[in-house]
Amino acid sequence: MAREPGGLSEYIQHHLTHLIPVGKDYGDFWALHIDSITVSLVLGVLFCLWFWSKARKATAGVPSKGQAFVEIILEFVDGQVKDVFHGDRRFLGPLALTVFVWVFLMNAMDLLPVDLLPWITEKFGIGHFRAVPTADTNMTFAMSITVFLLIIVYSFKAKGFGGYMHELFTAPFGKHPVLWPFNFALNLVELVSKPVSLAMRLFGNMYAGELVFMLIAGLFSAGAGVAGWTLYGMGIIGYTVWGLFHILIISIQAFIFMVLTIVYISMAHDHH
Amino acid sequence: MIPNGTLIGEMIAFAILIWFCVQFIWPHINKAIEERQVKIAEGLSAAERAHAELKDADTKVADEIRKARQQASEIIDKAQQQANGILDKARADAIVEINRLKAVAQDDIAAMAQQAREQLRERVGALAVQGASKIVQREVDASTHKALLDQLAAEV
Repeated sequence: MAREPGGLSEYIQHHLTHLIPVGKDYGDFWALHIDSITVSLVLGVLFCLWFWSKARKATAGVPSKGQAFVEIILEFVDGQVKDVFHGDRRFLGPLALTVFVWVFLMNAMDLLPVDLLPWITEKFGIGHFRAVPTADTNMTFAMSITVFLLIIVYSFKAKGFGGYMHELFTAPFGKHPVLWPFNFALNLVELVSKPVSLAMRLFGNMYAGELVFMLIAGLFSAGAGVAGWTLYGMGIIGYTVWGLFHILIISIQAFIFMVLTIVYISMAHDHH
Repeated sequence: MIPNGTLIGEMIAFAILIWFCVQFIWPHINKAIEERQVKIAEGLSAAERAHAELKDADTKVADEIRKARQQASEIIDKAQQQANGILDKARADAIVEINRLKAVAQDDIAAMAQQAREQLRERVGALAVQGASKIVQREVDASTHKALLDQLAAEV
């Protein structure tokens, strides 16, 4: 990719701009990030079709390699859930699986060459396209807030409205009415910090990863001459090394998001 | 950087994905896995059972072989005893037969010796008479001198 007129900062600025083709005129709220939505939906549908096609033909006999692979993932997730959560896993299991696979797939978009999708979309006249939905706070908060709602639902389900309110106001300091505000404030902070930390952790990792890829990609347009080509070679090496390291990061982030989801919901399910 | 309406859309998408997974993916694969677990457990226990049965059969076979061997040796012992008995009896019978035959032969020998002695005596008597008549030059009347001749024969 040739260096754009504004140099590296503009190159990065360009790559960090979301695709907002419509809705800008109706205010910030309706400035929908079509790129995040498209990629996440495509990957979500991919995940569903993939697992569904294996689930449909799943046999208890000798499994095909595809089925065995899907089963390995599912059993891995189920094992994680089983370790933490001691109850009916018929909802939490699929939830954890969805979180894990979907987040992993979206994170994996980071491994695509940073200019690939924007280059393709440019051919169709679309100037800005960010390929990694999890490097968009919309995506990470969408998931963490959904998890947050599930935490609330599970808390009510496990303890009842009265029980949960009792817990919110009396734990951890004590039952005395004077302590109620302090208890509630602390519990509120604890509660709200969960989705925020969940979302920000994933977003931060993916955003930073994307940014590093862009910085390294900047080396590819250093210019002609020996110095330019040397930087170009260093760019290839750097890109490869960071890519390999990033495989670890995307897996770990998907794993952490899944495990924390399980932990938070099982905490809501248990009595303190 | 600040989340906007995109968030709502993606929350809905996430909820739909979770629903789909709960409804159509997890139960089927989980069922297959659990069924296979049951199958494997059954297979393993069957193998273990078969193993135990094999062991049982092995000990039974060894037992049978041991019994058969014992029986065979008993039969051989009995046969040997029987053979020895038959041999002993045959030997005893033979000895009895030999003794009997020996007695008969001895009787025969005795009888023949007696007979020969009688004949010899008669012959000696006759020769004596002949000799005597020659000596006296006249005929000796056998009947007249019978007593004398008999006495002579007895003395020979």
